[in-house]
Amino acid sequence: MDKAALATAIGSPGAFGQSQFAFMRGNAFEARVKSDGGAELMRLMGVEGPTAFRVPELTAAGPEGRAARTALALREATAEAAWTLLDHPLLALEVAGSPAYLEPDAVVVHPDGRWTVVEIKSFPMIDAAADAAKVGAAARQAAVYVLALERVAAHTEGAEAAHSVLLVCPKDFSNLPTASAVDIRKQLSVTRRQLARLTRIEDIAAALPEGVVFDPERPAEELTAAVESVSAAYAPDCLAACELAFHCRDRARAQDAVGALGRSLRGELGSLTTTGEVLAAARGTAGDPADPAVAALRRAAALRAEALEAAGCR
Amino acid sequence: MTDFDPAAAAAGATERILADTLHGAHRGVVVDSPPGAGKSTLVVRAARELAAEGRRLMVIAQTNAQVDDLVIRLAGQDPELPVGRLHSNDPDPYDKTLDSLANVRKSAKAGELAGLDVVISTAAKWAHVQGVEPWPHAIVDEAYQMRSDALLAVAGLFERALFVGDPGQLDPFSIVGAEQWAGLSYDPSASAVSTLLAHNPELPQHRLPVSWRLPASAAPLVSAAFYPYTPFRSGTGHGDRRLSFGVAADGSAYDRVLDEAAESGWGLLELPARHTPRTDPEAVRAVAAVVRRLLDRGGVATSTADAVPAPVTADRVAVGTAHRDQAAAVRAALVELGVTGVTVDTANRLQGREFDLTVVLHPLSGRPDATAFHLETGRLCVLASRHRHACVVVCRAGVSELLDEHPSTEPVQLGVTVKFPDGWEAMQSTWERWSEHRVVWRP
Amino acid sequence: MSLIAALARLEAVEAGRARPLATVRHRHLSQRPLVLVPLTTAGEAGAPLGALVGTDPERPRLLTVAQPRDRELRFAFLAELADAVLPYIDAHAADVELVERTETDPGTGKRVKAEAELCADAPQLIVPGRAGIDFVRLLGRSMRFRRTAEQDPEAPYPAPPRVPLLGRWLTHYGERARVPGSALLLAATDLLGGHWASGQSSLEDQHLGALLAWIDPPGGGSGAQAALRAELARDAAGQLLCPPAGPATDPAFDNRLLAPAVESYDRVRAALGAAQEGAEADGWLGQLSLAEREIRRLLLTQLEPTWHAVWRGLELLRELPEGGRAADRWVSDRWSFTSHRDRVLAGEPPQPRRDDAVTAARKLALRERAQAQLEAQEALDDPLVMAGRRLAGEAFVAEVTEVVMAWTESKRPAPRPLITLRTDDSPHLGERVKVYRSLDGRPQSAEFVRREADDVLVLRLLDRMGRSRDPAEGSVPAKGDRIAWTLFEHDQRGGPRLPEPEETPWTHGGPPGTAAEDPDPVTPEDLL
Repeated sequence: MDKAALATAIGSPGAFGQSQFAFMRGNAFEARVKSDGGAELMRLMGVEGPTAFRVPELTAAGPEGRAARTALALREATAEAAWTLLDHPLLALEVAGSPAYLEPDAVVVHPDGRWTVVEIKSFPMIDAAADAAKVGAAARQAAVYVLALERVAAHTEGAEAAHSVLLVCPKDFSNLPTASAVDIRKQLSVTRRQLARLTRIEDIAAALPEGVVFDPERPAEELTAAVESVSAAYAPDCLAACELAFHCRDRARAQDAVGALGRSLRGELGSLTTTGEVLAAARGTAGDPADPAVAALRRAAALRAEALEAAGCR
Repeated sequence: MTDFDPAAAAAGATERILADTLHGAHRGVVVDSPPGAGKSTLVVRAARELAAEGRRLMVIAQTNAQVDDLVIRLAGQDPELPVGRLHSNDPDPYDKTLDSLANVRKSAKAGELAGLDVVISTAAKWAHVQGVEPWPHAIVDEAYQMRSDALLAVAGLFERALFVGDPGQLDPFSIVGAEQWAGLSYDPSASAVSTLLAHNPELPQHRLPVSWRLPASAAPLVSAAFYPYTPFRSGTGHGDRRLSFGVAADGSAYDRVLDEAAESGWGLLELPARHTPRTDPEAVRAVAAVVRRLLDRGGVATSTADAVPAPVTADRVAVGTAHRDQAAAVRAALVELGVTGVTVDTANRLQGREFDLTVVLHPLSGRPDATAFHLETGRLCVLASRHRHACVVVCRAGVSELLDEHPSTEPVQLGVTVKFPDGWEAMQSTWERWSEHRVVWRP
Repeated sequence: MSLIAALARLEAVEAGRARPLATVRHRHLSQRPLVLVPLTTAGEAGAPLGALVGTDPERPRLLTVAQPRDRELRFAFLAELADAVLPYIDAHAADVELVERTETDPGTGKRVKAEAELCADAPQLIVPGRAGIDFVRLLGRSMRFRRTAEQDPEAPYPAPPRVPLLGRWLTHYGERARVPGSALLLAATDLLGGHWASGQSSLEDQHLGALLAWIDPPGGGSGAQAALRAELARDAAGQLLCPPAGPATDPAFDNRLLAPAVESYDRVRAALGAAQEGAEADGWLGQLSLAEREIRRLLLTQLEPTWHAVWRGLELLRELPEGGRAADRWVSDRWSFTSHRDRVLAGEPPQPRRDDAVTAARKLALRERAQAQLEAQEALDDPLVMAGRRLAGEAFVAEVTEVVMAWTESKRPAPRPLITLRTDDSPHLGERVKVYRSLDGRPQSAEFVRREADDVLVLRLLDRMGRSRDPAEGSVPAKGDRIAWTLFEHDQRGGPRLPEPEETPWTHGGPPGTAAEDPDPVTPEDLL
């Protein structure tokens, strides 16, 4: 579903959207990496010369057709044991009981039968280091591609999906590509388990009240009610990741939830979950003094008051 | 399974390690040792053989307790061996037991010990030693818990070295950010071994393949969850280790979980789901009650088929927690129940120690969130690998749901070697396994 | 987060206004700091878009880049930035005092007294947020390896004269900002967030406008509402009323306002390049200047609110009295500034791209000491910070109920009085644990002897009582004194001696190469 459109429709648009400068730069970089028929990209893999590898045609009708075409190309390339570059292949993976189609930037088939996922990102590698949060996100994304590749590799003689991917980024302050192999074994094991644990989409749907529809064309009140029927555990970290975060934050604040102030703050509050409860416990007007959280809060409040008084801040 | 002879496998590994250490061409040898695989035995043996060859040896350990323990073991094996204990200038710098050892000389000055066959101290103390003739050989113990910068400070003191350690325990840490050096071969906040191997990839690397501590019930889980790329086996088979109680169960959840653990090696005492502060009174009381029942019921442990059954006394039992205040709360609860002599400590302080039975307060019990601290694999690995017979985990229900809500979003630094599984995944896989041994507790 | 800080945030939620987290100011603020508000181009690494810079809140200097991908324009911007920043640095570099300090004599290895120059004050750089600190670092990295025509007559695209020097200074400031407690380069959000608790998360505190709204809402209304408005409110054209503090710009600004302006600038410039005759070119030149002025106007709308917010934040911070030990830390900052000045004067090459093993280890050791030092000093300077340590059992305040004189059993007995104290705190004391109190600004230590009741404990005083049998006047607490004791040390010992870089051992790859680093290769990619 389109969460950004949904957020705007219920009146909580986020600060999302991409600057066209970043968008153009990203596209220009990918084009640069894949220029020369992919020679630049293959050079980063250590394969020199435009004739040293093949680039099969992957166009086909519909996602199923493209996925089948990709699988065929992978098998052919492996059988021929030749360096092969698959530009924007399409892979299928079952997620929560439904087929999902995934499009990595590229997959390279090695002569020894290994298949390497290539991720092209536009954040820079400066002096061989890059933003760790962004590399982490790229690694998790690549893990999903590798899992999808593994399904195909399982049916291909002599093939193996490599557990390290090639991350291609601009070098330093230039537009020249540079690459780094990223070991994604951790991300793979995590993603495997997450996929296995994902409730089936039908189960999520079944848990929702009858008649819930998330269609941005519906009236705002109806949509808001629909969104609120889905449980969401808001934390400030969501703000950077989800279009609906501002909506969830409004709800969390309206419910006086301490979680709206950050996860680390909740840690020591035990079963106290609202600002009112915590402050009442701290002031001694509510709460069981035998509860260590309540006792610690009272002590904290007393120490804080003492210090502020000593400093003349009250 | 039948063709695996643990004793032969371990002996073969030890011989290869000693051959490389004594006669190899390389300046360094690295040995990975999983929990209870005989690391201390190896260190003592290597020290004696190096001394026997007339090579002056310095030994670098990480804590004073480790140093004193090594000195005592060495003197126990070889009372004639002249050993120097280099210590700090603080009050009570070493274990008083050392005063009774005839051939152990103690000094705060390296110069006064220089002529001895073996000189042992902490990395911190060695870092202040200067102006002495370098040692031809060194043994670096707990090398994975040593920081790269600590090795930098002492590496000038020796020509060659044997590095021994457990890669699965808690990584060294720094109290300030060190991200700017991530991916550098000599990142000062990384472990000494990762720096050493990054610069000297040709060094021989060995692995002790058998855990003599962990029972057959525990080794496969600990190996798969925490050492997925360097597996190990247990030295004993199913049925070799036996734990039984003189007093029958009274039907309480505590007794049932003890019976489950005695039978299968693991027990999970699950309390109702609830968000709690760290020192969750119910969970703390449950931990203490399990310990009390264990001692009351007269546990008897048999290590191998032909061993004499030994009573599980308080000194053979430990409680492990993630935080210090939790340990303090458990200690207080044990005192209230009249239990003394049981070790209660955090994972950091239980590293390298061994007990018959452990009771672990799960790091995620009652938490509203799963932070990087609580997901650190080394912490859980230490807690889950201290026992010879059985481990009881006490935890609030809801761990898998909590983990689902906090998907792993670890940052990834370019160029850093992946040494370990993901904390999130290790939490999930251990929890899944422990859930098979669940006993539900209700107030 | 400590429970006391959590409580402060919750109180702020309830009150709709920020609540104090500190009773003194824990960072030194210069009388005349230099404020820098930079903007960067989305998707580009180190391509500045504009900046407001200056030491006078009323007269900022506006620097802009009309086409951020044009190397010439970027260099012009950086040259102008050097022009704005370096005179400020130079002025401080020239004003020195002579101080005596102990150094190790390289010949004898002995500690000797030597006279050294110390700059009387150091330049202080303030940026709006943490991202601004990262950007300073990035600018430093992008500039310091550039070659000027004077350094290398062969260099293609030589950098303007002072640009590499500015790069070295910004690099130094960026590195110094990683030292806990340092104040050469500070982010306004960190400063404000360290002294006030808002009713939002620390993540949301990174938004300078929102954080300031909680502390100082316009018109004195609800801080919560003002913060929400600062975060989200947009005008009819979809533009944020309070633009982000940068260096990243709002995508809506980029797409709807900036991109069209840059396009028209590009168009005019292309036409100017293609113009054949003087009159036509003159016309286009006029157009170009208009297009450029429009971009400057647009960027100013994004920069100005942040500029004022930073200065307002500084004003609020100045109302707090400076913590006593913050001044001591500023002296370390002055030393840091002075030593970099000396390296520049000595003609040393720019800082390398990545530290060698020894330098990295030294920096880490320095920062770990600084962190421990900072935690101790903030607690000693500020009862509110100390309250957090007391809650954690790492300090306690106690009243002296009895003092019993006792002495060591040596030939010349030294005083070791036993002090009985009553406290409501619950410190984590064990056998012979050492505790410290501040006596005339210096630590005096004692050891825990026993607990006589839940709230009564006995300490043995260990030092600072003079050389005679009887303790010096005022060195032993008296009955009725209320004293704060800490379980943590007040000063940090120096760490172990690390080898010199040229003695780097084999475990760490041996000595690093000594060749100066090459400049970044020139690529045609960042040309239009």
